[in-house]
Amino acid sequence: MSGTRTIFKRELHSYFATPVAYVFIVIFLLLSGAFTFYLGNFYERGQADLQPFFNFHPWLYLFLVPAVSMRLWAEERKSGTIEFLLTLPVTMWQAVFGKFLAAWAFIAIALVLTFPIWLTVNYLGSPDNGVIVASYLGSLLMAGAFLAIGSCISAATRNQVVAFILTVVICFVLLLAGFPLVLDFFSAIAPQGIVDAIAGLSFLTHFASISKGVIDLRDLIYFVLMIGVWLYATAVVIDLKKAA
Amino acid sequence: MIETRQLTRRYGDLTAVDAITFKVEPGQVLGFLGPNGAGKSTTMKILAGFLSPTSGSATVAGFDIETQPLEAKRALGYLPEGAPSYGEMSVREFLDFIADVRGLTGDLRDKRLDDAVERLHLDGVREQPIDTLSKGFKRRVGLAGAILHDPKVLILDEPTDGLDPNQKQEVRTLINAMARDKTIIISTHLLEEVHAVCSRAIIIAAGRILVDATPGELEARSRYHQAVSLTAANVQEAKEALSRVADIAAIEIDPQDNRITAFPKPGRAIFVAVSDALKAQGVAVRELALEPGRLDEVFRTITQGAVGKEART
Repeated sequence: MSGTRTIFKRELHSYFATPVAYVFIVIFLLLSGAFTFYLGNFYERGQADLQPFFNFHPWLYLFLVPAVSMRLWAEERKSGTIEFLLTLPVTMWQAVFGKFLAAWAFIAIALVLTFPIWLTVNYLGSPDNGVIVASYLGSLLMAGAFLAIGSCISAATRNQVVAFILTVVICFVLLLAGFPLVLDFFSAIAPQGIVDAIAGLSFLTHFASISKGVIDLRDLIYFVLMIGVWLYATAVVIDLKKAA
Repeated sequence: MIETRQLTRRYGDLTAVDAITFKVEPGQVLGFLGPNGAGKSTTMKILAGFLSPTSGSATVAGFDIETQPLEAKRALGYLPEGAPSYGEMSVREFLDFIADVRGLTGDLRDKRLDDAVERLHLDGVREQPIDTLSKGFKRRVGLAGAILHDPKVLILDEPTDGLDPNQKQEVRTLINAMARDKTIIISTHLLEEVHAVCSRAIIIAAGRILVDATPGELEARSRYHQAVSLTAANVQEAKEALSRVADIAAIEIDPQDNRITAFPKPGRAIFVAVSDALKAQGVAVRELALEPGRLDEVFRTITQGAVGKEART
């Protein structure tokens, strides 16, 4: 476990050694604020809750999380440090997991820094803070799933731009998996059972129920499984691509 | 100790490493020589645990690289080709990270960190981000990372590439100083390096071992081995004097500087005879030298011979 912790520490520290961290956090806070107040009609709704805030998280993550994940492995491969990292006495899992956790913790920090909006809504009224906690948890889990996908795509290429675009596309499809835009496409080429299965993969559906304050074990398992599967795929892809 | 048995690695149809078997004992410095793409780096990557072999096996410090990879990696210090490191980190942070991963703690950790920094003269740049350092410094940072835990086995892929002549000399001195109780493999393109640090050299081409010998034995394979070269005021006169020495097989004159080289018949020593003949004829000689043998010529003959064979089959 100490290998994971050491890699986690180094990775998280390296985010803050470059402007990446600060740019990301500022943009994240600005956009989440702008969406909430201007597009979400935070005041006009006259309700003391954070629905308009959380509703935009999937769309924020769609572009911001791939920006974090694109460098995870692509940069290691491009600069050759992957050879240095994987010849240290750590297992592949420790490396994959340590790097993922650091990126996730980084996004968690950005998410925690949105606390003023929670203070605001508590000042203006008396929201259900249980729902808000659940929503934060759901948001973080969803960000983790996005990240795990990005980690795998980043492992498959040494070009960060390619990693970014591919991750956005895959995340977009998974976000909207329950909606006609995606389902119509699959129903034309696949039997109903597969179409239903794809619909069940939708990020939005699973996030929506958590953010309403309903913590269903199935939604939690969905996101945890999503993270696990994509991280496993990351390790497999790294192993395959090492020789190239 | 490092041992490989029939180590093979294929990339699709290409066999990068073809059934390589060798053994390096503690106290030995093995030089890996070969043209680009010969399989040197691939072999080193397999030994370091980065790539897995297609077939065959290898042990590092007694640990099998496939069944006990972590133990093998703990015993090993590895410098990948190009000495990659995390550019945004400072030298101190980078070495601290390696010390953490290697599980170094307490006094030993401080001692090892100070030792590595001192050996590679990194004291002045400890707090600098690695990205801002020159190529030579970056290479030394990578080397410091490889020797940080005082490993029993060192594998260094082109450790002196990109260094200036003074730095090259320092790194060679460092390798020689560590050689006594360690098992070391280095790869290099520089043949003078083989002479300076290696106790043994393996030449590989197209993934196969062509020669496994000491640098001295390699030099003995050279056409120039035991040849005598000289410069004289009157070239014609010197040439005539040499033609009287019975054991000389051939005489060559360098068209650029008129240096005369006399090659002996196989197994004969001609230095004394040449010297006597010149004296007897009263030829004025500015310089007279016994050639030790040229490694670059041996290297060319061996590797090009192999490539030629390859092309015909």
